[in-house]
Amino acid sequence: MSALLEMRSITKTFPGVKALDEVELTVREGEIHALVGENGAGKSTLMKVLSGVYPAGSYDGEIHYDGQLAQFRDIADSERQGIIIIHQELALVPLLSIAENLFLGNEQARGGIINWQSTFQQTEKLLRKVGLKEAPSTLVDKLGVGKQQLVEIAKALSKEVRLLILDEPTAALSESDSQALLDLMLELKAEGVTCIIISHKLNEVRRVADSVTVIRDGTTVSTMDAKAQPITEAAIVRDMVGRDMAHRYPERERRAGDMLMEVSNWNVWHPEHSDRQVIRDATYNVRAGEVVGIAGLMGAGRTELAMSLFGKSYGRNISGEVRIRGQKADVSDVPKAIAAGLAYVTEDRKSLGLILEETIQRNVTLANLPGVSSAGILNENEETEVSERYRKAMNIRTPSVFQRVMNLSGGNQQKVVLSKWLFAQPDVLILDEPTRGIDVGAKFEIYGIINDLSAQGKGVLMISSEMPELLGMCDRIYVMNEGALVGELSAKDASQERIMSLIVTE
Amino acid sequence: MAMAETTDNEPTKSVTDYLKAHLREYGLLFALIAIMVFFQIMTQGTLLRAVNITNLLLQNSYIIIMALGMLIVIVSGNIDLSVGSVMGFVGALAAVMIVNHEIPILVAIAICIVCGGLIGAAQGYWVAYWKIPSFIVTLAGMLVFRGLSLLLLEGQSVGPFPREFQVIANGFVPDAFPAAIGQSLAPLFGARQVNVLALGTGIVAAAIILWIGMRKRARNRAYGIMDEPRSFFIARNAIVGVALIFIMYKLSTFRGLPNVLITMGVLTIIYAFLTEKTVLGRRVYALGGNQKAAKLSGIKTERLTFLAFVNMGILAAIAGLVFAARLNTATPKAGFALELDVIAAVFIGGASMSGGVGKIVGAVVGAFLMGVLNNGMSIMGIGIDYQQMIKGLVLLAAVIFDVYNKNKQG
Repeated sequence: MSALLEMRSITKTFPGVKALDEVELTVREGEIHALVGENGAGKSTLMKVLSGVYPAGSYDGEIHYDGQLAQFRDIADSERQGIIIIHQELALVPLLSIAENLFLGNEQARGGIINWQSTFQQTEKLLRKVGLKEAPSTLVDKLGVGKQQLVEIAKALSKEVRLLILDEPTAALSESDSQALLDLMLELKAEGVTCIIISHKLNEVRRVADSVTVIRDGTTVSTMDAKAQPITEAAIVRDMVGRDMAHRYPERERRAGDMLMEVSNWNVWHPEHSDRQVIRDATYNVRAGEVVGIAGLMGAGRTELAMSLFGKSYGRNISGEVRIRGQKADVSDVPKAIAAGLAYVTEDRKSLGLILEETIQRNVTLANLPGVSSAGILNENEETEVSERYRKAMNIRTPSVFQRVMNLSGGNQQKVVLSKWLFAQPDVLILDEPTRGIDVGAKFEIYGIINDLSAQGKGVLMISSEMPELLGMCDRIYVMNEGALVGELSAKDASQERIMSLIVTE
Repeated sequence: MAMAETTDNEPTKSVTDYLKAHLREYGLLFALIAIMVFFQIMTQGTLLRAVNITNLLLQNSYIIIMALGMLIVIVSGNIDLSVGSVMGFVGALAAVMIVNHEIPILVAIAICIVCGGLIGAAQGYWVAYWKIPSFIVTLAGMLVFRGLSLLLLEGQSVGPFPREFQVIANGFVPDAFPAAIGQSLAPLFGARQVNVLALGTGIVAAAIILWIGMRKRARNRAYGIMDEPRSFFIARNAIVGVALIFIMYKLSTFRGLPNVLITMGVLTIIYAFLTEKTVLGRRVYALGGNQKAAKLSGIKTERLTFLAFVNMGILAAIAGLVFAARLNTATPKAGFALELDVIAAVFIGGASMSGGVGKIVGAVVGAFLMGVLNNGMSIMGIGIDYQQMIKGLVLLAAVIFDVYNKNKQG
């Protein structure tokens, strides 16, 4: 197989930062090539160079595509050559139909008048190809993330794609949707489409990739070929973080203390469909120093359980009782929930957890401004000291706390969110997908922070879609399905199989 | 290699970096200076004559007062289109109470301000608790209060106001120092008279600005924040200080400190402090920056939005009183389309349409910039047609400059 794409000593500098330093990437025709690396390693920048977001001339080095020197001026230019990138944040218009989205910018039209018949026919053909059983006239709004992902791929196929780039395609997908997507990738490969996949999920990488290129700190560390020898997750992780990681979950001394939080008979109804019960009679507790997991499939109601507890931020007609240290607690709005000792780290840190335009400092103190002020007047020196303290304690990698949060990588952003909530001095932290979209190294650091919290006697309630993570971190795991807690497992009894069987037998 | 180069050039790099990061603030200041110099030349020195400076302050006082409230509304992620109408309505209310019904002035003023707050509350309620877009609520308010002014005034102008009411806008602070000092100073400047209070206020204000600036520098140094290069700091403060003292000196040779200048100055200081140094202010920025994140951080976003509108109503009422006092009459047309000047001032001052960004000082400078444009063009005898077009283009240019800067940084 010959090389479809060769990127040779690509160097890209931004003011003050060298994002890419002589990166090499060779992708053979017809293979699935995985690009892995920690967040901020330069994977996305490299793909932006490739797709023309950073036009030729704005970087050093050469791109050879299909045997020729390629100098893309913009995305349209690279798309004409069959290079199509599907971003993590999907670029679909929610209130348009699947068919309209598929041919957006590429309308099946003559003289500006759209031929709907041909549009719908072709859409149906494409949808069949990606295995999506939806009518072409369905609004994208009505589809789940997994199906939207398939629509994006169908859109790429409509443009006669030769090199498909998928940026963390399964980050927001459930297990079964992820598997379906990976199967589709293998099918496309069989049809001759070359694919670059950026992913943090190493088991998926191992499953589909023919070769793996690891990038660290803007340079190529290694390229592994699955044909030469089987690729192991350990080898990838070693190259990603630059050291062996024998244990993916740091050790913790497990000891459950006094009862911290008890929630009983928690019921929540859907905010818009008032006849739909989202949470049914959930009763659970967290002890001091305990890390308690909540397992379940997407849509089981885990986030709804957490958000309805945290100041009734979700749902209506909420009923049930919350006791903190044995005392009945009022958590009817967010300030009261915080005062009662709760903190909620949201799964969607960009739109619900952070103010991206603001500095690290201003984000860290946001949930506890009275803590850095007297009589309503801010003490900026104290504020800086507090945020500096968290920057060091959390190892937030940034030159100063006056950096804007939007310039940080996912892992560092998550540490800012955690800092914010730790500064609010909670007793119980609810962590909703705390390591989603975060690279291996930062994940390990976040696990360390969680263990520290438990050592300090805080209670941690951890929601995660990654079962190994729950099994590795938790003392106890509640299993949730369709709004109800259907089982409770202790650390030593829990296994992926037992969790799954609790979900399916219910 | 590359790394070594950057460390070698550290100082120059940090100057350009700093300039890039703060281009907007310097740009605004330089634009104001450039425009003033331009009109000073084009009007053969009329622009900076004492009487014209006084006029400029009086003419723009009500816009600046409303710009303070508008900045907060815009930072919170909303907009208020009703302020011109509310201002006119409050002026009408004052006229009807004071002129027609001879209600004591202080009582009437108190009622007007409370009324402004209630109007703000009535609009803010829908925006904050019903989540109705502020554009629509205040567009409705604009029509309603325009109509109410007409109703209240029965389509007529009502005036004149008693002397004691007029002084709100047209009065001057008497010199607190013995006249002898002023008279002995006057020959020094070749002026007929010098109001020592006005001159002294200018000097003290310049000194305080310098002191605050130096304190901030010391703090920045202590915490290693990227700091303004020394030369920039000195130049900027010299320009601001000299300009301030110069303007105050000019005022002192005329009739002294206008009452509205005191009102405006005090309000500006209060709101600058409120937005930058208090928990309340910080929360407004958080609300505008990301409402959902702010709410999940325990900020009462609804109440804060509500208060932003109440505050806007109160400031619109104050502006209405100043406006009515200045014209010495209340007309149904008062405040017509004024909301656009206020909003333009805030955006020229660097606020962002999407919320979370903007400064009080920026809004005030933005308002002055528009004011100088208006005033300069009027003196030059440029018709209202061209004036409108030029003002529109200036607003567009300022916002384009913002967006361009942001893209370049991003």
